[in-house]
Amino acid sequence: MKPDMDLVPTPSQTVGPFFQIELTTDEHCVRCIAGPQTKGERAWITFRVLDGDGAPVDDAMLEIWQADSTGKYYHPDDSGPGIVDRGWIGFGRLATGEDGNCVLETIKPGCVRYDAVQAPHLTLAVFARGMLKQLYTRVYFAGDPSNDGDPILSLVPPERRESLMAKPDSARAGHWEFDVRLQGEQETVFFDV
Amino acid sequence: MDGLTTPTSRKAYCRLPKGSQPPSLYEPYQATRKRAPLKPLILLPHTLSEITGPVYGHEKIGEKDNDLTVQHAGEPLGERIIVSGRVLDSNGRPVPNALIEIWQANSAGRYRHAKDQHPAPLDPNFSGAGRTLTGQAGEYRFITIKPGSYPWFNHHNAWRPAHIHFSVFGDAFIARLVTQMYFPGDPLFPYDPIFQSIPDEKARERLISKFDLETTQPQWAKAFRFDIVLRGREATPFET
Repeated sequence: MKPDMDLVPTPSQTVGPFFQIELTTDEHCVRCIAGPQTKGERAWITFRVLDGDGAPVDDAMLEIWQADSTGKYYHPDDSGPGIVDRGWIGFGRLATGEDGNCVLETIKPGCVRYDAVQAPHLTLAVFARGMLKQLYTRVYFAGDPSNDGDPILSLVPPERRESLMAKPDSARAGHWEFDVRLQGEQETVFFDV
Repeated sequence: MDGLTTPTSRKAYCRLPKGSQPPSLYEPYQATRKRAPLKPLILLPHTLSEITGPVYGHEKIGEKDNDLTVQHAGEPLGERIIVSGRVLDSNGRPVPNALIEIWQANSAGRYRHAKDQHPAPLDPNFSGAGRTLTGQAGEYRFITIKPGSYPWFNHHNAWRPAHIHFSVFGDAFIARLVTQMYFPGDPLFPYDPIFQSIPDEKARERLISKFDLETTQPQWAKAFRFDIVLRGREATPFET
């Protein structure tokens, strides 16, 4: 095939119930994005995935993509100033357990500076049996002063922004909680990318 | 959306053509009913967070990872096949160094997974998982066993067409693709809601591999070709 064709992209199909035999084996899971040397404010984020009945989704896969503590992505397209933290990749991949939960260890990313400044956020892709394609959402950090000026949050109706906020666990410093509600009154905001 | 226009050096990705992707909610596939959002998705302009994406798994690839027939002491039972093709973007450009991961049932239609209770035998010589990286022309190749079809509980007498699960990383997190490859002429296609969920017939047919006589090795293995098209960047008339 020669370049500059207009090819129809391959359709998505569900990840199904058996992805764990390849995608989230112990070897291929990435539960910890930040090594001991990684700079930044350490964050443990407990994700909880719930279906339209509020029941835990025990067979979901979550993939996370994020910038380092200075807001820099490990990617050639991030041609802005600064250099990425040594050893930083910024990718996480986890499977939910029977309670629909999984815990990511990472650092809080910096503001992403790209035309407009974006508040610290993680990009989250959700895959599961019963999902014919992945859903994308973002994880912001409740209480971060830069949330108010974030250009993406401003596209979200104010009453739904709450669903994009990881909430701090008042009992444990550095611990956050983020619910992914696939459906229902409190449905998480998902993005059409 | 002022201030979020993407410079040409870091261009946005194409939006997926209407009908080329399944909807989140597809009633005939019952498990979608409680797992599909019902509120409108919010259109996201492509910022740096979307057009970048992970380089992942490159260091974790073993020599035998793309040959699912040599991972154990003996050879797995079933029909040995070669599955190969290219990963391209929607502009027709090859995608090199893309990680492809696959997983599948064995020749009897059973996955090596605790939750698979289909009363078909496991094969001690088959794990059903592999991975590889694409070459400079986007090419890849796996050797495996043709998976069996298997029953599931979606509706009465439901059977999945034989398939291999594919997971592919492109250059951007939004170009990420998880899909399933099928085999030509499967009689189960008309009855499978997962396959039928894709509205556009041409897009649906992208998921069906083609018998590939040229790659077929005499006296050894039949070959099937499966080309994968990821989202590419938006074309602009000024690009050279």
